[in-house]
Amino acid sequence: MKIKTVTTIAVILGASFTLAACNMKSTSEAPNPYGKEVRSGYSYATPETQAMQDDDFSNPGMPLVDTAAGMWNKPAGEAKKSCADCHGAVDDAKGGPVGIPMKGVSAKYPAYDEATQKPMNLELRIMKCQTENQKAEAFKYDSKPLVGMTGLVAMQSRGMPRVSTADDPNDKLHAAWKAGEEFYYQRRGQLDLACKHCHEDNAGNIIRAELLSQGQSNGFPTYRLKWQGMGSLHKRLGGCNKEIRAEPYKSGSDEYVNLETYLAWRGRGLVMEGPSVRK
Amino acid sequence: MKHSKFLAAAMGFAIAGTLAVSAQSADMANVTIVNGTIPKSLTGKAGDPAAGKKAAINQKKGNCLACHVMPIPEEQFHGKTGPDLHGIGSRQTEAELRMRLVDPKVISADTMMPSFFKTGQHRVLKDFEGKTILEAQEVENIVAYLLTLK
Ligand code: HEC
Ligand code: HEC
Repeated sequence: MKIKTVTTIAVILGASFTLAACNMKSTSEAPNPYGKEVRSGYSYATPETQAMQDDDFSNPGMPLVDTAAGMWNKPAGEAKKSCADCHGAVDDAKGGPVGIPMKGVSAKYPAYDEATQKPMNLELRIMKCQTENQKAEAFKYDSKPLVGMTGLVAMQSRGMPRVSTADDPNDKLHAAWKAGEEFYYQRRGQLDLACKHCHEDNAGNIIRAELLSQGQSNGFPTYRLKWQGMGSLHKRLGGCNKEIRAEPYKSGSDEYVNLETYLAWRGRGLVMEGPSVRK
Repeated sequence: MKHSKFLAAAMGFAIAGTLAVSAQSADMANVTIVNGTIPKSLTGKAGDPAAGKKAAINQKKGNCLACHVMPIPEEQFHGKTGPDLHGIGSRQTEAELRMRLVDPKVISADTMMPSFFKTGQHRVLKDFEGKTILEAQEVENIVAYLLTLK
């Protein structure tokens, strides 16, 4: 059973991945706010780290994704429904009975949630399906099952370009985008640095032993060798905040979802890579 | 928007720099800035260059190597987001270096370099709240060390 899921994933990936692999080499044409070339964290990684990501059998994040693939088909909650009962197989292009396929979801998230009138990222969407559609208890943010499920869903968008039009004042995500932009440029912490000091002004420069990237979000969830595990974008944001001795926000907080909405826009055009591998 | 904010800040400093002003923060209450420099020692005591070198290396203190290449070959991993500090003691005066360490934003509003003797930053981690990165004498020690880099 386990083995079978792995092979299925490998086959699905085989197809989308060849595409992703060649796209990753050439970077996107979409200009970032300062007109520089938009580059994935992948392009700053060492060949060894890149190789781990290029081959799913050596990507250490895959076991969690495999577990999630098992959960995809398992009925849960009072509704006794599995994800597959509503969406079909995770790679079903038609998206099962409800007609909502997983392909392309992470490339366009965060999306606007009419109920809360706020942006909702992939993690929060999965949690919402658990509580509202399965009538089950949601996984905790940053728990292994949620990171794995996020990875499984993100994988269906591999090779697709990130889209975002949140800079448009008529876009429903515009207010969140604006709040995220303010966060990005605001100095914080005892070291008094904004995201932009490291990831916009100094991408490609070395800080101590680290090569700074543009801090793009297209690779999440990501297996970080330093974490010895796969983690969410919000975990990484918390890390970047604590690094400069700034009080982090909670994973899943409005502040980080707004920032995520803004980061998605900065990275539009970048090819989705999740689950990626980073140092 | 953010550009004009930075610009406004830069202009504010430029104007302040031509007068002699006292900075706002508690730690800087006794620090007098004159034309973008701090001529007087923060402690009235001379700095110790050897202790300054140690504090510059220490990742929990100056951590200057995170951003600067320095003549400290015994340490691995010198960052390159700031200028090379070889010979800095011949290029800058004691008063200029002290200003650079205490609050470099007075010189360069948008700089990445932390203000080592200032408090009041946004959302500082609880453990560090109300504290400066370096103590006054540590600033003096690092300034004394930088002046030996001829
Ligand atoms: C003091 C420097 C510094 C600051 C400030 C900083 N980061 Fe980072 N960040 C890093 C380093 C170092 C890494 C790991 C290497 C890399 O990918 O750049 C990193 C990695 C990241 C990544 C992962 C990129 C990938 O491809 O996996 C994201 C996303 C990120 N940062 C976003 C942010 C955001 C948003 C902020 C502001 C809230 C921020 N960072 C502030 C240093 C910083
Ligand atoms: C997070 C990055 C960072 C850290 C840490 C840092 N600096 Fe800097 N420093 C810079 C940058 C960037 C500049 C370039 C000038 C500017 O931006 O205004 C600079 C400029 C300087 C200059 C002026 C050099 C010149 O040629 O004009 C001196 C002197 C200096 N730093 C000393 C230090 C010392 C000493 C420490 C540690 C106590 C330190 N810096 C820590 C980033 C840093």
